[in-house]
Amino acid sequence: MQELVKRASELLADGSVARVLGWKAGDLPYNPEPAYFENEEQLRSFVYNGFCGANLSKYMIEASKLEGKTLVFLKPCDTYSFNQLMKEYRVDREKAWIIGVGCRGKLDIEAVKRSGIKGIESISEEDGELKIKTLYGDHSISYAEAMLERCHSCKGKEHRVYDELIGESEETNDSERFAGVTEIEAMSPEEKFAYFQKELSKCIRCNACRNVCPACSCRKCVFDSNKFDSAQKANTDSFEEKMFHIIRAFHVAGRCTDCGECSRVCPEGIPLHLFNRKFMKDIDELYGEFRAGEDAETKGPLTDFTFEDAEPGVVAERG
Amino acid sequence: MSITAKTEFKPKIVAFCCNWCSYAGADLAGSSRLSYPADVKIIRVPCSCRVNPMFVLRAFEKGADGVILCGCHPGDCHYSTGNYYTRRRMTLLFSMLDYIGVEQGRTRVEWVSAAEGVKFSTTMNEFVEKIHSLGENVRLGDLRCRN
Amino acid sequence: MYKIKTENLTALFQKIAGHQELYLPVRNAGQVNYANWSDEAEVDLNVLNTVKSPKDAFFPQSENLYTCKRDGKKITIEPEQLKSQNFVIFGMRSCDLKGVEVLDKVFLEDPLDTFYAARRDHGTIVAMACNEPEETCFCKAFGIDAAEPNADVATWMAGAELYWEPLTEKGEALTEMVRELLDDGSEEAVEEMKTNIRRIIAKLPYSDLSMDGWNGEVLDEKFNSELWDELYKPCLACGTCTFVCPTCQCYDIKDYDTGNGVQRYRCWDSCMYSDFTMMAHGNNRTNQMQRFRQRFMHKLVYFPANNDGMYSCVGCGRCVAKCPSSLNIVKVVKAFQNQGGEQ
Repeated sequence: MQELVKRASELLADGSVARVLGWKAGDLPYNPEPAYFENEEQLRSFVYNGFCGANLSKYMIEASKLEGKTLVFLKPCDTYSFNQLMKEYRVDREKAWIIGVGCRGKLDIEAVKRSGIKGIESISEEDGELKIKTLYGDHSISYAEAMLERCHSCKGKEHRVYDELIGESEETNDSERFAGVTEIEAMSPEEKFAYFQKELSKCIRCNACRNVCPACSCRKCVFDSNKFDSAQKANTDSFEEKMFHIIRAFHVAGRCTDCGECSRVCPEGIPLHLFNRKFMKDIDELYGEFRAGEDAETKGPLTDFTFEDAEPGVVAERG
Repeated sequence: MSITAKTEFKPKIVAFCCNWCSYAGADLAGSSRLSYPADVKIIRVPCSCRVNPMFVLRAFEKGADGVILCGCHPGDCHYSTGNYYTRRRMTLLFSMLDYIGVEQGRTRVEWVSAAEGVKFSTTMNEFVEKIHSLGENVRLGDLRCRN
Repeated sequence: MYKIKTENLTALFQKIAGHQELYLPVRNAGQVNYANWSDEAEVDLNVLNTVKSPKDAFFPQSENLYTCKRDGKKITIEPEQLKSQNFVIFGMRSCDLKGVEVLDKVFLEDPLDTFYAARRDHGTIVAMACNEPEETCFCKAFGIDAAEPNADVATWMAGAELYWEPLTEKGEALTEMVRELLDDGSEEAVEEMKTNIRRIIAKLPYSDLSMDGWNGEVLDEKFNSELWDELYKPCLACGTCTFVCPTCQCYDIKDYDTGNGVQRYRCWDSCMYSDFTMMAHGNNRTNQMQRFRQRFMHKLVYFPANNDGMYSCVGCGRCVAKCPSSLNIVKVVKAFQNQGGEQ
């Protein structure tokens, strides 16, 4: 981490960048927040640790509108989002100085709490174990167990776009990416419906999944339109949540890099990635393997076609 | 006199038809006196690719029991390539609907040219029959539109 | 003071639910929220904070106000019925109780909100002391005692027993209803619990949070502070903090076109949203900094100014735990404090 701060100070000092976009230490052991730093003094509160899960590519949309270059720290999977945003002309490569930072999986405080740990006072790491001191005694949990869902299907340790690299990365992939989707696909229509009904009935329409998403970069979202009677904020027991979540996922289909921010931020723990990954799986199967954000040039599957594409009836045919 | 019999299920079907082929196909079906059920409400769109997935979901939300999209045959699009995009989009959308547990068959895409009045009429008859067999759309409707 | 063995709680719930609707923390798809009790419901009384606060019981996230129906040329208007059945809400914590007090200030003052008032009249609150407060809690900063919930009935979970003490007439009536399931309990066990809870609370990281400098008098100073420009930056403009909050009370009224009529409903609004307080001429808050500032100014300045110094934050810690960007009211309060120190 000291290396990151040192390099950031250098670049700020010689005027190469006007500001630094990184993470600022929080007041609890696990709540750093995305932050801008403009001088060395501010950088004293800079932090980079296991809880820096936030994907800063999203913030680069706004930072691209500011005067001067912004130094941004991107983890390998965040660079996919940056590429995708470049492809859509939503960020300006010229306005970014990208330092690719090492990543060996990010932590999910919800996963820690789910294991029954509460009253957290401090968290430290020893040999792949998190040692957690709490008001109610000491606990430990393995690093892997406390990882964010997305890190279990890690895209790899390679940064897809960067100016320089600092730090080592590790691949943390330990599960089959589409396993969750396949499981649902195997259910009967009644089971599928019940499953999603149960999950989506928790939705509080806070729009966190949408607002955190680097692919959701519309200036005005259709669900925010006051000319449209599907309210963006009313949770009803009927169809609205389903429509919102289908449309949200559909609109990012072929553009979603599977960064997993939606599932990370959902206050109700709805596995939103299961919507996005369904589209990815279908795209892979029907139109050839595709990974959004691998580069900033390739046409996305929904803005492309071939004459031989499957007909929509294929959905029923494959059963 | 009192009504005792349960009211018969009359499916509401929304058909999005492209202006250049399918809408003309529907016209031809009409002028050729080929019949298709009155339950089908046609919405004319400039091209099948004008149909945003949201249109389909909104139709269901507001009480449709089935939604069908008709456009020019692939290769014949008035705008050259619009229907190729439709094809991909609707394939993914239908797959998603299937994934969340909506009965297969409530949605369909059919390519109908301006000369295919017969195809239009048989397609609609088939589709209405299919929706009849599936019954009322419960899973995608908004409860507030029920009463 | 009464008590009941925890293994008999299901019988207690059955008994209550036999007479009235019972609303309590239930685990559904991995998360605990307040829900109606049923035989299948997985009740979870151990979780400290439900994801959504229990304010839904009195002020639901969306509720219908009236329905217009069109039949040819005839239009009928049916107002929504007010709550007329008694219900019990079980398991509220001290902070959430204080949250209801805040809502009372808004909805029970003139003009009276009849929908809310009807629910308050018919609801009996059974509250629980917080056995195991968490690091996100800061109710102490607002003078709330998590060991001494002040509701219709107060309860304490001590080992294998739940201690039960009615505090109001409504509480007495409920106690009477379930009297056969309760045994007499001693005060001592409860006193020990209280001491224990207060001891833990004193150790919490946010317990020394001071609200000095936040009151109804500091409007201009706080409003014009340059700190907001820095503080709001990580904010994603989602509504998580406002929707999990036990005191946020802003709502919007909307019409839903049902195809053959209109349903007028109200739903929670969020000051984080771009259409918050949108009027015909536009919106009086045009950027996220202003919206972000509104939330905290409302809770810590405007509300106390209009309500004898009462803050509309109760320190439940839900926003601390749930903000996607790890922002929260504690960080805001601390930022202003630190600024004061530097000057």
